[in-house]
Amino acid sequence: MSFSDPSPLSAAPGASVRAVHDEFHGDLLEVSMGPHHPSTHGVFRMMVTLDGETVVKLKPVFGYLHRNHEKIGENTSYLASMPYTDRLDYLCSMTNNWAYALAVEKLAGQAVPERAEYLRVILAELTRLLNHTCLAGFLLQDCGASGTPLMYAFREREKILDLFESLSGSRMMCNYQRFGGCRVDAPAGWLEAARTLTDGYGRFLDEYETLLTGNEILMARTQGIGRLSAKLAVSAGVTGPLLRAAGVGYDLRKVDGYGFYPRFDFRVPLGAHGDTYDRYMVRVLEMRESIKILQQALRDIPAGPVMDPKAKLRGFRPKPGEVYSRIEGPKGEIGFHLISEGGPNPYRYRVRPPSLINLTILEDLCLGHSIADAVVILGSIDIVLGEVDR
Amino acid sequence: MSEPAPSSPPTLTDAERDELRRQGILLTSMEELYNWGRSHSVWPLQFGLACCAIEMIAASMARFDIARFGSEVFRPSPRQADLLIVSGTVTKKMTPQVVRLWNQMPEPKYCIAMGACAISGGPFKQGYNVLKGIDRFIPVDIYIPGCPPRPEALLHGLMQLQEKIRGQKISGPDAPRHLQADTTCEYPVPDFGEHDLVPPQNPAVWQPPVIVRKEGA
Amino acid sequence: METPDQIRNRLLSRFPGAAVSLVSNPGPAAQHSLLLDAAHARAIATFLRDDPLLQLDLCSNVTGVDWPDREIVETTRTSTPDPAGGPAKVVEQKTKRLQPGCLEVVYHLYSVALLHGPVVLRLRTGNRSDQVTLPSLTPVWRACEFQEREVFDLFGVVFEDHPDLRRILMWDGFKDHPMRKDYVEPDDYEWEPTPHGDVLAKARKHYPAPAPAAAAKEEPKP
Repeated sequence: MSFSDPSPLSAAPGASVRAVHDEFHGDLLEVSMGPHHPSTHGVFRMMVTLDGETVVKLKPVFGYLHRNHEKIGENTSYLASMPYTDRLDYLCSMTNNWAYALAVEKLAGQAVPERAEYLRVILAELTRLLNHTCLAGFLLQDCGASGTPLMYAFREREKILDLFESLSGSRMMCNYQRFGGCRVDAPAGWLEAARTLTDGYGRFLDEYETLLTGNEILMARTQGIGRLSAKLAVSAGVTGPLLRAAGVGYDLRKVDGYGFYPRFDFRVPLGAHGDTYDRYMVRVLEMRESIKILQQALRDIPAGPVMDPKAKLRGFRPKPGEVYSRIEGPKGEIGFHLISEGGPNPYRYRVRPPSLINLTILEDLCLGHSIADAVVILGSIDIVLGEVDR
Repeated sequence: MSEPAPSSPPTLTDAERDELRRQGILLTSMEELYNWGRSHSVWPLQFGLACCAIEMIAASMARFDIARFGSEVFRPSPRQADLLIVSGTVTKKMTPQVVRLWNQMPEPKYCIAMGACAISGGPFKQGYNVLKGIDRFIPVDIYIPGCPPRPEALLHGLMQLQEKIRGQKISGPDAPRHLQADTTCEYPVPDFGEHDLVPPQNPAVWQPPVIVRKEGA
Repeated sequence: METPDQIRNRLLSRFPGAAVSLVSNPGPAAQHSLLLDAAHARAIATFLRDDPLLQLDLCSNVTGVDWPDREIVETTRTSTPDPAGGPAKVVEQKTKRLQPGCLEVVYHLYSVALLHGPVVLRLRTGNRSDQVTLPSLTPVWRACEFQEREVFDLFGVVFEDHPDLRRILMWDGFKDHPMRKDYVEPDDYEWEPTPHGDVLAKARKHYPAPAPAAAAKEEPKP
């Protein structure tokens, strides 16, 4: 923090008159928020220049969790990169797995059996529930409700993680999808447990919404804060609930229709104002739509194999070529760009990180707001540093 | 003929202690009392780096509840924290900040390396930006393996730390760092070099174990 | 949506001097791309964004790729018929040529307005050492801002007219471009509990070699 000398009023040589600072004209203060900060959702740093409490400039600094995922991907075989995809967006490992498996399946022209597609949809929607619930908890934590909404959110998260654990063996790093299907079939009783969870989730959401949605403190802290216009959102490559809260109806589950999503009947909620409250509400409404998709998928899932019998597991060398494939992850569009030269490892392995690209507009959203609002806006963008820095 | 060994003071059995306690008499040593108080109120720093941080948050939530072990509050400020749970991959870009935070914590302070990444770099060991273990720069007391370790594993690690604290002496050459007059709690912070951190590790804290391997092993 | 060939024809008619070529993508994915020259790239990008038939307003992904110099061996067989009527003489000639390397940036474009995509653009630098400048497409799509910074940081491609071109993932004093194929990582493999493969090779440099005479003496006699 440095205070520069007051500049002379006149630049003429020999001028000795100096500007008089009145007591309301202060100097700007640059604060480094992070990389260790209770509210920055990981090791993320913002260099915030403040005029009093108002943000006049905000430059994010990344790289504190840059774990060289793409370089490791070039030195590892396709299948061995699957556990690394768990650790990208470490809250949502199932959708990361699916995005990568989809990319490799497109690269190699691999088909997937029906039961596996249904399982993938079920797991993706469970992950979406998990992510949006945790986001509501973390957002309220950033608003200052220290701990309690997060406790409710994590209570539900634990129920979903129990399902993941009984299916894949791990709570968080599931490593469950394979090229050509899923690793193992759901054990006996798993589908009933999932049905029970899904049917009960609506009641939890009602309880959560009763406490939060009409809460005047939440509304005062989030309505009108961080408005994002649709034009800026599209130009900045923003995707996911952030884009839909700005009013743009672009959901890859409807646009690309990957997997078996065209079979399910669900709506895509859109926001009207693009502010933080809309981002929160879009996610709550998406959770309700996810419950609908889950109920349909759990009702219709057929019996059958979960892995394509013709899928090549050992010695997997896709033909030379390139693919970019994307899915609608809970945070936005997660895409994988793979270039194969015919070897066992990809030549280029690239992850399109939705959290990093959503942060393009962080400065735009925070300008003019106070620093406390900057924390809430960052919370509503919903980033995970494993994905931002890879 | 050697001198007879000095006789040690008679010790009480646990049954005798319980009997006395029932009568309202507590017999303990200063050391036990001091360590008992310290070990049951270890306050961690709110410090999560990566995926293990989510399991750490889960450990502090209602299902696993780290609060019943005394770690009720996760302090946001290092000045008020006793325990640094390094949860997640420490990248070289982040290392100076971790060491600075460690320096800012007042003694007595403890460090738990949670997860494979904090112990040795973990699955990202081949990375050019990954520090291969936080024990290269700061002294680690407890290592919790796992990727990520379950919240129960973190609680087990915390219990091991509590046992370690309870076993510490309060005087003599074996006393911990904060009770010795000539040790410092500040560790040198590495700088960013052109290709790597400078220095790449702190030789006073970490020396690689010498492994002599046979050819072809 | 138009095929890449149709887009290419329209671009060539709109920008007569531009060099737009189709790079076909073998394999089942069949995402063919358009290779643009650096001089016209930004004008073409603006056209693609604003054209009413395409309206590619979402730049989804920017990838950097490193293609190092490659030695290509071509074998030509010439057979000269034997004037005496015997079997033809076949002469094999192997020519080696060096295909110079470059750094490549790949853009994946989608349309939110018309819900189609992807259209894949490629830009290549002159070489990997001194001609590493490419026009930045951040003025066209703001989404390229951080991703082009990442390509600059990890590959070394300098983007002209980028609003804030500096390192994004590595620290500012870092000198290398780590994602290049010839990057040598720092050697901190002093201790490996269970090394194998190339990690063992890296770690061995740090292990003390056993004194051969002492080891022979210490071996227990069977």
